[in-house]
Amino acid sequence: MKNKEVGMTLIVKTITRLTVGLILLYGIYIVLHGHISPGGGFAGGVIIALSFIHLMLAFGRETALKKLSQAQASVLESLGAIMFLTIGLLGLLGGYFFFNFFLHKGKPFALFSAGIIPLCNIAICLKVGAGLFAIFAVLVLFKGLDEEK
Amino acid sequence: MELQLLLLFMVFAAIVAVQIEDLLSSVIAVGAVGLGLSLAFLILKAPDLAITQLVVEILCLIILIRATINKDLPLIRDGRWLFNTISTLLFIGLFLLCAYFAFKDLPKFGQPIMRVAQEYIDKGLGKTGAANIVASIILDFRGYDTLGEATILFTAVMGVLAVIRKVGRINEE
Repeated sequence: MKNKEVGMTLIVKTITRLTVGLILLYGIYIVLHGHISPGGGFAGGVIIALSFIHLMLAFGRETALKKLSQAQASVLESLGAIMFLTIGLLGLLGGYFFFNFFLHKGKPFALFSAGIIPLCNIAICLKVGAGLFAIFAVLVLFKGLDEEK
Repeated sequence: MELQLLLLFMVFAAIVAVQIEDLLSSVIAVGAVGLGLSLAFLILKAPDLAITQLVVEILCLIILIRATINKDLPLIRDGRWLFNTISTLLFIGLFLLCAYFAFKDLPKFGQPIMRVAQEYIDKGLGKTGAANIVASIILDFRGYDTLGEATILFTAVMGVLAVIRKVGRINEE
C-alpha cells in the first residue's frame, strides 16, 4: 500500500485481505474432494482463478502479477494439459486409453480413493485455473497499454 | 412449479438484457439469467452443474464488466424495425415448428431412457471407486470426451494469448 492510487478503496482492500485466502482454500477443497462431493476440477479451477482475479481487482494488477506472473500462469496451464494427457497415455499400460491403472482403488468416500480420478481433477484444475487467469491478466494488461497511450 | 417460475424469470431477464439501453445494466441482466440457470440446475438435482454454472457466470460477468464499463457505445436504432420484428417473429415461429416435430419423439420430462446410463449408475462405484458418479463418468468412462473439452479450452487460451500479446503491440508502434 505504498501507492494509494492503485486498486480500490481501503474497505475493499481490507475485506479482500480477509477473504481471498478462504476463497483459495475453498477452491482447493472443491478440487481435492471432486470424486466424493459435487464439484470437480473445472469448478475448483475457476474458483482458484477467481481468487487471483479478486486480488487483481482490489489491489491492482502489479500485486496480483507478483504472486503469479503471466509467464508462470502459461507454464502451469501447459503443465496441467501435459499431466492430463500423460495420465491418459499411462492407461495404455493397462490396455486402453484412460484406463484406471491403480489396481487397489481404496475405500469409497475416502480422500485417497478412485484411482486416477483425483489426479485428473488436479490436472484439469491447473489447466482451467491458470488458463482463465492468464486470459484475464492479458485482457487487463491490454487495457492498461491502451490507457498509457 | 418453481422451475416454471424460474424459467419465466430467465426469459424476462433475457428480454430486459436485449432491450435496455445502458450497457452495464444489460450485462447485469445477462448475469441474472445465468444465476437463474444455476438455481434451475439446483432444483433439477444437479449440484455439479450448479456450482460450475455459478462460478463461470461470475467470471464471465467480471470479464464483461471490465470490457464494457467506461465505454459509451451508442445504441444503434435504424429505421428498419418493421423488417427486424417480422423476421424475428418468423424465425421464432420456424424454431417452434421444428422443435415441435423434433421434441415429439423424446421421452417425457423426468423419465429418461436409461439404456447406457443405467449401467454407469449400477457399476460406477464398483469399477472406479469414486463416490461422486459425475466424476466417475466424466473422468473415467468418458475420459476421452473430457480430453477433447480440455483441448478446446487449451486452444482458446492459446488463441487469446497469441492475439493479445505484447510483442505484436510493441512492433506495431
